[in-house]
Amino acid sequence: MNTASSTAGRKVTMTLSVNGEDHEVAFLPEKTLLEVLREDLGLTGTKHGCELGECGACTVLMDGEPRLSCLVLTLECGGIAIETIEGMTTADGPHPLQAAFAELNAAQCGYCSPGFLMTAKALLDSDPAPSRETMKDELAGNLCRCTGYEMIYQAIDRAAAEVRGEAGHGE
Amino acid sequence: MASDREFNLIGKSPLRVDGMAKCAGQTKFADDLSMPRMLFAKLHRSPVAHAKIVGIDTSKAEAMPGVVAVLTGKSMPIPFGILPVSQDEHVLAFDKVRFIGDPVAAVAAVDEGTAYEAMLAIEVTYEELPVVLNAEQALANEAPAIHDYGDDGNVHKRVSMQFGDVEQAFEDSDEIFTDITLFGSNTHLAMEQHASLGHVAADGRVTIHSSTQTPHYLHKAACKVLELPPSRVRIIATPNGGGFGGKSDPFNHEIVVAKLSQVTNRPVKISLTREEVFQCHRGRHTVLMKSRMGMTKDGKITGIHFQSLLDGGSYGSFGVATTYYTGALQTVTYEVPTYRFDGVRAFTNKAPSGPKRGHGTPQPRFAIEVQLDKAAEKLGIDPAELRLRMIQPPESVTANWLYVNSIGLAECIEKVVEGSGWKERFGKLPRGHGLGLACSSYISGAGLPIYWNAMPHSGVQLKVDRGGGVAVFCGETEIGQGSDTVLATCVAEVLGLELLDVRVCAGDTDLTPVDLGSYSSRVTLMMGNAAIQAAERAREIIGKHAAKRMGIPGNRVVFAGNRVFDAEDPERGMSFSEAVQIAEAEQGTIGTVGSYSPPPNPGRYRGSGVGPTATYSYTAAVVEIFADEETGMIEVDKVWIAHDIGRALNRNLVIGQVEGGVYMGLGEALMEDMAYREKRRGVLKHPSMLEYKSITTHEMPEVITTLVEHPDPRGPFGAKEVGQGPLLPMMPAVANALHDALGVRVDQVPIHPDLVMKALKAKDKRAGPKKFPDLLITDTQRVKTQAEGGDGTAPRSPKEKAVQS
Ligand code: FES
Ligand code: FES
Repeated sequence: MNTASSTAGRKVTMTLSVNGEDHEVAFLPEKTLLEVLREDLGLTGTKHGCELGECGACTVLMDGEPRLSCLVLTLECGGIAIETIEGMTTADGPHPLQAAFAELNAAQCGYCSPGFLMTAKALLDSDPAPSRETMKDELAGNLCRCTGYEMIYQAIDRAAAEVRGEAGHGE
Repeated sequence: MASDREFNLIGKSPLRVDGMAKCAGQTKFADDLSMPRMLFAKLHRSPVAHAKIVGIDTSKAEAMPGVVAVLTGKSMPIPFGILPVSQDEHVLAFDKVRFIGDPVAAVAAVDEGTAYEAMLAIEVTYEELPVVLNAEQALANEAPAIHDYGDDGNVHKRVSMQFGDVEQAFEDSDEIFTDITLFGSNTHLAMEQHASLGHVAADGRVTIHSSTQTPHYLHKAACKVLELPPSRVRIIATPNGGGFGGKSDPFNHEIVVAKLSQVTNRPVKISLTREEVFQCHRGRHTVLMKSRMGMTKDGKITGIHFQSLLDGGSYGSFGVATTYYTGALQTVTYEVPTYRFDGVRAFTNKAPSGPKRGHGTPQPRFAIEVQLDKAAEKLGIDPAELRLRMIQPPESVTANWLYVNSIGLAECIEKVVEGSGWKERFGKLPRGHGLGLACSSYISGAGLPIYWNAMPHSGVQLKVDRGGGVAVFCGETEIGQGSDTVLATCVAEVLGLELLDVRVCAGDTDLTPVDLGSYSSRVTLMMGNAAIQAAERAREIIGKHAAKRMGIPGNRVVFAGNRVFDAEDPERGMSFSEAVQIAEAEQGTIGTVGSYSPPPNPGRYRGSGVGPTATYSYTAAVVEIFADEETGMIEVDKVWIAHDIGRALNRNLVIGQVEGGVYMGLGEALMEDMAYREKRRGVLKHPSMLEYKSITTHEMPEVITTLVEHPDPRGPFGAKEVGQGPLLPMMPAVANALHDALGVRVDQVPIHPDLVMKALKAKDKRAGPKKFPDLLITDTQRVKTQAEGGDGTAPRSPKEKAVQS
């Protein structure tokens, strides 16, 4: 018990690639990627609703694929490109998905939104014109208690059109 | 429909003020906060449902490296609770525990893992007591009392009131319908797990950052328990990652971090696990109901006698109010000339029930709307037509003395009837497919505060910058519903600014005037009116000096497009910031205030404080389902819903609330189930998001929303509530659709597939409760209705008279 509670000498150091930058980070080996992102790298944009792989709030991208960061051991993340919500906004401004989510009220309390946005980004990266059915399949692992999902679909539709170079900000 | 041409922002859908930050991951929720030298707290919770605490041994935990403090209940002996009449909670239990999850001890350690290990190392010795796991059992009063207060034994509260001669009305009826209905418990399941951060400044002042919907009430509770004057305690409500009523009570964990930070002189944070969030609960009460409704042949209600038995769980919470709410709003939708209500709330050894979206009204609404569906069938009247015939008139007083201002229910029914093709399709769809209709109503803010006082329910303060911006301060709490945006919108509209020019400072007891909190759908109406008043006062000051400068009469000054100008010659004018500077030069720093109190209510009997509001919202919905008679599974195909909003302040936000309410209501109708294992002495059956089923993208149907807009003179720009009302019709509409689909009645929610199968097999084609216990009412408060010449008061009972003389 005593050793389990003592952090001294137990931390491991490794390099994580997060949002295109390498970070040298020291952490307890049992920590999940969710915990290291939030607690050791200060990237609190990634949320948690269960820490058991049940809600999708903690979704990040690992080599472009949506993953539940609460189920990923950080030690296994070497050499993997990790993307979080913080990396979605670039010098060019917010990603079209971020703007569409905000403008169409797809984020009410906003707590599930980072997870939805990461899942949606992976979806648009692989399918620039997803159907409703595809959206429902891809987003089924993300729970939202506020919206009833409809405005999230509408936001993805709009962002997809913008990414494809169509319509832009029309409503 | 009201024209929105006169408005700049109202009725449109500008970007919500917190939208971009939330989508950028910048919004700081409570668990996102951290401070240097911060410790982490864990609560040791009871593993048994009912027991005396015989001993607590914290020595092993205290000896662990990294553990900084361990607390037990003796350190905070003062009880607290949300209602003044039920101050029955302790931060840490010291004499007995009342449910699985009741906190007994707290640990603060250098990291969360250490705190967790130390929490496990605390040893508590219990002497177990018999458990009470449902309200019928509690009413029978065979087990030892869970609390040493209440009406008797495990009856927390027993109420009975009668308005007009219900029995006579039944005698004069052509039909009397009697139905027994059960509404099972469910919980908020906000995505954000509760979290709080407490810290003590060098001067001894205590601050609690918390995911609370009610910073003002947390302030009261924390000051009481910590024995500190309010001026030394500051509550900052962080944006809530969803509330739905689940963060409205002051909680153990919120006060414990403050105490731990006092003891350690270090910041202390706690973040609950999902299982602990289920244990906090305060969600929907399980309510068993019996409704007797008298009707005439042509479909007029003559009277209702409604009874409810509530399973309150282990603590008072809002429960006394909830009890009254299960009897209050039956009368505001349809004309009910005589009415009687009996209610009992019982204590049981489960997580405390409390206020969830709709607070005590979805259960009776389910009972009444299903009963009306049966009545319509029996009387041979179309269910929509039946409701249209008996709608409560506007500007009227109900039998139980609630004042109804505007009512758009008829138009709501017409919209969903039209949209769904009801007339052509109801009763005519192929077997398995069905349509169901239901209506509802909800308050736009409770008419009375939780603590009796004569002060405003909402206050707003405005600071006008020389640079043309405005800072607005209000105690309201953003829980996702968009209250920050409503606040900024009301101010920006009056002053002719854009939303980005208004900065919102909310939910901070040090900095913001009191707003009672995000509960009872009160914020838009109350805060909105207060904000308009504050902004109009600022406009008056700025406008007066601008008019003088322009040499025109004050009534010609217009505020729009960030300018202040002459209505007759729009070119003549100045920027808003110039106008502010002129006014400030003339009369000094500019700041204004606004406040709001709801109008007085006509009822003055015991319990009349629950139910009144400035104005009720109304909703009607039609649900289309497919019910599989082989499996009992129900799929919802489509929902048409119309909501009487008065006026939509921000259209997207309003529709978002409607869709979110539909979503949550369908979950309650079909799957959300806060169930316990009675054979295992009160273990929660579904303590995770996987086991506790909620609607995912796969189950959510298409929703067609219509907003019915007739501005209500009492609402800000005419607005009514939308956060809670649209949830209410979902459960009865699904049950009614099931009848249309398969000809069976399930008088119980959630409508699990096995209940559908049971109903299909039953002789009477019904599943649901069959018995309702005697509530042992001995004293019924009799209040004359308006029709009987009453004045809203109840004659004093003999007991009260005796006290007087
Ligand atoms: S926090 Fe990872 S799935 Fe819920
Ligand atoms: S916006 Fe609140 S949980 Fe999705």
